[in-house]
Amino acid sequence: MKKLLAVLLTLALMLGMCSALAEEEPIKLTLWTFQELHTQLYKEMEASWNANPDNPKIEIDMQVYPYDDMHSKLTLALQSGEGAPDIVDIEINQFANYLKGDIQLADINDIVEPIKDKLVMSRFNNYAKDGKYYGIDHHIGATIMFYNTEILEAAGINYQDIKTWDDYHEAGKVVLEKTGKPMCTWESADCWSIYPLVNQHGGDWLTPEGEVRMDEPVVVNTLAFMKSMLDDGTAVACPGGNHHSEEYYGAMGSGAFASVSMPFWYLNRFTDYMPDLSGKMKVAPMPLWPDGGHKSAQMGGTGTAVVKTSANVDIAKQWLAYATLSFEGCVKTWTILGFDPIMTEVYGAPEMKEPNKFFDYYGDDIFDMLKTVLDDIPDTCISEYFPTASDIVKSQMAYDLVIGGGDPETIAKNCAQELRDAIE
Amino acid sequence: MQQVSQRRPNRAAAFLTSRKVVPYVFVAPFVIYFLLIYLYPTVSTVMMSFQRIDGPTTSEWIGLKNYQKLFSRNFIQALETSTRYAIWDVIVLTIVPLLFAVLLHSGLVKGSAFFKSLFFIPALTSIIVAGIVFRLAFGTQDTAPVNVLMTALGGQPRQWLMFADSGNFVLIVMTLWRWMGVNIIYYLSGIQAIPNDLYEAAEIDGANPIQKFFKVTLPGIRPVLIYVITITVLGGFAMFTESVALWQQSNPGGIGRTIVGYLYQVGITKANMGMASAVGLTLLALVLVVNLIQLVLMGFFRKEDA
Repeated sequence: MKKLLAVLLTLALMLGMCSALAEEEPIKLTLWTFQELHTQLYKEMEASWNANPDNPKIEIDMQVYPYDDMHSKLTLALQSGEGAPDIVDIEINQFANYLKGDIQLADINDIVEPIKDKLVMSRFNNYAKDGKYYGIDHHIGATIMFYNTEILEAAGINYQDIKTWDDYHEAGKVVLEKTGKPMCTWESADCWSIYPLVNQHGGDWLTPEGEVRMDEPVVVNTLAFMKSMLDDGTAVACPGGNHHSEEYYGAMGSGAFASVSMPFWYLNRFTDYMPDLSGKMKVAPMPLWPDGGHKSAQMGGTGTAVVKTSANVDIAKQWLAYATLSFEGCVKTWTILGFDPIMTEVYGAPEMKEPNKFFDYYGDDIFDMLKTVLDDIPDTCISEYFPTASDIVKSQMAYDLVIGGGDPETIAKNCAQELRDAIE
Repeated sequence: MQQVSQRRPNRAAAFLTSRKVVPYVFVAPFVIYFLLIYLYPTVSTVMMSFQRIDGPTTSEWIGLKNYQKLFSRNFIQALETSTRYAIWDVIVLTIVPLLFAVLLHSGLVKGSAFFKSLFFIPALTSIIVAGIVFRLAFGTQDTAPVNVLMTALGGQPRQWLMFADSGNFVLIVMTLWRWMGVNIIYYLSGIQAIPNDLYEAAEIDGANPIQKFFKVTLPGIRPVLIYVITITVLGGFAMFTESVALWQQSNPGGIGRTIVGYLYQVGITKANMGMASAVGLTLLALVLVVNLIQLVLMGFFRKEDA
């Protein structure tokens, strides 16, 4: 009896020590990202997680790397099985690379499936394979228009009257004539001009089965429309080759172009890099295609994933669910990052209406505008060969169209052939 | 008595310090290093080039498939880019620094020590910073510094970094700016080693400065010249950071992608290590052939004047 008591006491003591230790030592997690902005949200959500006494204390070591470096480091870490983080942000163009062979990411069905009805599930399909979800996105990334109203007003144009792409082109001609400024810029070295337009028009690069769609008529027609704007000068090649270059920020920020179509997450590029346009820029839905298509296109994204070999998979998942899939997290995704959250129920919430730098910059009708397009956004097909397709669009299709000035049909055919060769 | 109590040397130590073994002990660090860091990866690269590798644990022998798929548009374009760069690199980076070295050594320039260090300074800058500066200087807009200069000189503004030829030109300018000082130092050390008597003798024979350059200086620095050309050829084909720094992620029409950039993209970005190994070995073969041809032409294997 005495012996049993002694054993029990010892056990109790050990347990006490363990819990005492647990309280002192928070669980350490490592997080890699290529987007410094994201850490603002993560830090906030780490603090509020720890503020709840029911949660085990965590301490997240957030490491920000340049885009290429981070994905290369991750590939090497996962290939060698050593040095990988617990949680990692993987960009949508890269994600398929990590879903090959023996997948090194943990599936997150257990945290996604219970709240499926509240989420925009097409965003999860981008990071899924064989019915398993591997990444959580931060935003829908609906493509919208950014209009410089100062330039448009000088040409006597009300941006709200632009309903179709033909209207847009016509408005562009007036703007060019009256102000001498091009209506917009097309990227010559990236995909954010071509892909949203093609996707909104009803096209894509691949089918889910891996068939190439790059030379379909819808792609050719979209390219032909873009070329017609280039031909009469209403559209010009984007300075620096893409809408993220310093040169473009400088030119656009000084009022060189009347508008640009970019995904919703481009909101913060204007506020951060082109402050002079504050109060002059307005957001609006994309013009529609006269021959069908959709209201917008969901573009870009980052799948935040948990690494399977992490020592703390469960806790990492729980925190990630809290940070990105909770009501609170989704509201903060807007207030801190300026993204369009993936949880549909936050859109009507009063918390979303609180003043912030985005409302100051664009006016307070951002969400009223966004809500009108959310019901008609097509899925994108992000499959194994999407990174290859994307690369072909960036370095070949965009260049041949915008700089080379080639024939749209030939460009589409060549690119499709290139993609088919790569898939072979 | 004392002699008896002296400890007998340890057997292992005796073996290691014996006359026959000790040389091997001394070279062991290098041999181990070589086997581990050079030979093992080389052999495994050769093996990987015949495999399809998916993730850390799955790989599959696929024979020559990687090599059959090698000659895609991107590979050929990258090969062209690298070759074009290497050719211009060799021409410009051998001749221009040589002229400067001769000029600096001739005593015609005042304060040559100052210029030597001035030319060398760019080699110490960060390539990323240099890339950003050159990218903005050769910007696409009419207001970019170089385009402003072009307009002032009566030329037309250009989109420098959007076309293969002008892009290559910018790369060469950047490389020249960055590495000229280093090559000048190589040449100067070679020129300074030439005994003055030879120049005096040439002068007595009535040689003019140009004859002296071709008949005395050039033969005198032949070993240095061979060395500079060899590393410039190697560096030309292996060039990667310069183009990445200049174009960054944006790569219009693929003109900024060199063969090593392509290797990196295939292996690391697209996680296709097998294909990347095949690309790497092809590059190795190519550089070996080019270097061999160049060494034969330069008379590297010719016996020194008997």
